[in-house]
Amino acid sequence: MKIKREDILHLAKLSNFSMSDSEIESIGNDLENIINYISELNELDTEGVEPTYQVFEMENIWRNDEIKEQEADREALLALTKESMQDQIKVPKVL
Amino acid sequence: MRIADKTTTAVSLVKEALEKAKKYEDKHIFVSLNEENALKKAEEIDAKIANGEKVGRLAGVPYALKDNFLSKEGNTTASSLMLEPFHSPIDSTTVKKLEAEGAIMIGRTNMDSFAHGSSTENSYFGPTKNAVDDERVAGGSSGGSAVAVALDIVPFATGSDTGGSIRQPASFNGVYGFKPTYGTISRYGVVAMASSTDCIGFFTKNAEDMDLLMEICAGQDENDMTTLPDYYSETPEKPAKKIGIIKDFDNDAVDQDIRNVLAEKVEFLKNEGYEIVELDMPTLKYALAVYYIVVPAEVTSNLSRHDGIRYGYRSEDAKDLGEIFSKSRNEGFMSENKRRIMIGNFVLSSGFYDAYYLKAQKARTKIIEEYNKAFEKVDYILTPVSPNPAFKLGEKVNDPVSMYLEDVMSVPINLAGVPSVAVPVGKTESGLPLGLQVVGPRRSDKNLLKFASVLEGDK
Repeated sequence: MKIKREDILHLAKLSNFSMSDSEIESIGNDLENIINYISELNELDTEGVEPTYQVFEMENIWRNDEIKEQEADREALLALTKESMQDQIKVPKVL
Repeated sequence: MRIADKTTTAVSLVKEALEKAKKYEDKHIFVSLNEENALKKAEEIDAKIANGEKVGRLAGVPYALKDNFLSKEGNTTASSLMLEPFHSPIDSTTVKKLEAEGAIMIGRTNMDSFAHGSSTENSYFGPTKNAVDDERVAGGSSGGSAVAVALDIVPFATGSDTGGSIRQPASFNGVYGFKPTYGTISRYGVVAMASSTDCIGFFTKNAEDMDLLMEICAGQDENDMTTLPDYYSETPEKPAKKIGIIKDFDNDAVDQDIRNVLAEKVEFLKNEGYEIVELDMPTLKYALAVYYIVVPAEVTSNLSRHDGIRYGYRSEDAKDLGEIFSKSRNEGFMSENKRRIMIGNFVLSSGFYDAYYLKAQKARTKIIEEYNKAFEKVDYILTPVSPNPAFKLGEKVNDPVSMYLEDVMSVPINLAGVPSVAVPVGKTESGLPLGLQVVGPRRSDKNLLKFASVLEGDK
């Protein structure tokens, strides 16, 4: 399968990467090789087979809908961000 | 492993480990050392022992922590620029359990950034060198942890195994590496890679130490809804009789030294009275393609949280909100992270979802069925861990597909969620360690480790 430049640009957009032209080109070659490799799976007959999304044996693990005391408090979490103000994370103006 | 008591102090154990860690600085095993905290904790444990207070099963035992486990001590970087500034406000469940027993973290080990890789060359901080050969890779992604144990810096180290990241570096460096049944150990507080295959495990020098760590760390965690109630410590003993080998894994693409050591071990087991059964598992050859569809899809989702806003790296050049996302992500992730995120978006996008993602999940069902059938015939399956011993630094790092092929024998196990232990079984003529893995049915972990030590027996 041939991967076009516009396909790579689309994937970069979906992934939220601001890639340079040269990066688009080099990663494009890698992605094409990887996609060609994973396309080998087309050979396998999976007619009538149910998909498996997880291998955990249990389903519907319930817990009470209660607010638990958290180990990390607001101050500790805000300390991780670059800028905060009045207990809020600060970002550049959106509108 | 040596535990602190009245004759061996925790301080002496920790000091010895730190000295060795510094002696091997050129191997680049650690991202950071935890000297001050570790010595302080060791003193506390020694004081408890002197006072006759009760101490844990790992009192004063120094250990190395893979750099994707959250701990309040030092930064959890996942060997990435993205998380380089990240100082966790919480401890992962595994860290809590180990430290409650008195274990002391002496440093964070190097890994492929976000655990994406099979050589530890994808680390933002540069590669770790193999324990026995400076020109060769440590394996990955848990390369630093494997080398730390192989060089006797620490008696154990933590690892995470999404597709072989514990077992392959264990076999490249000649130590035990264990990936338990999916859900045995809590994933809470470990930087997520692919949630449906991520498993927490360890590196040790022998099966007994591994068993002790499993006793301590296995069990249900209310912070990880995919943890099984503790079956591990209650496993009834079940001696193995029949051992399977996989026909398809014995081919020319596999290094001759590995084929030889496998043949030797098969002979050894026959002489010990085990029955050897040849298994036909034709879907396993598609497991790598399935893995590199399913895992990137989950990686894409798990790594979308890195936005440059709440924590971690933020680009200095970002002028508006959009650029904070796109520039921070583009600069903060390494090439391999980006390849996996983009492949994930590809296989999940409309028009390709059915042909790739859904197809892979159907193939996954077939792989699981093949294991189920195999374990009706045999107790365990013995196979190589990877097609070759440790390769040269730089040999595969620029060719993603050839790096992915490293994982061809380790990934089917993660897709099926079954346990597997890598056992050091020999060396090549030039002294490179050789490992084999033993795979068991779900929840056979405890008996599997017992069998693993039998296998090592005649090394």
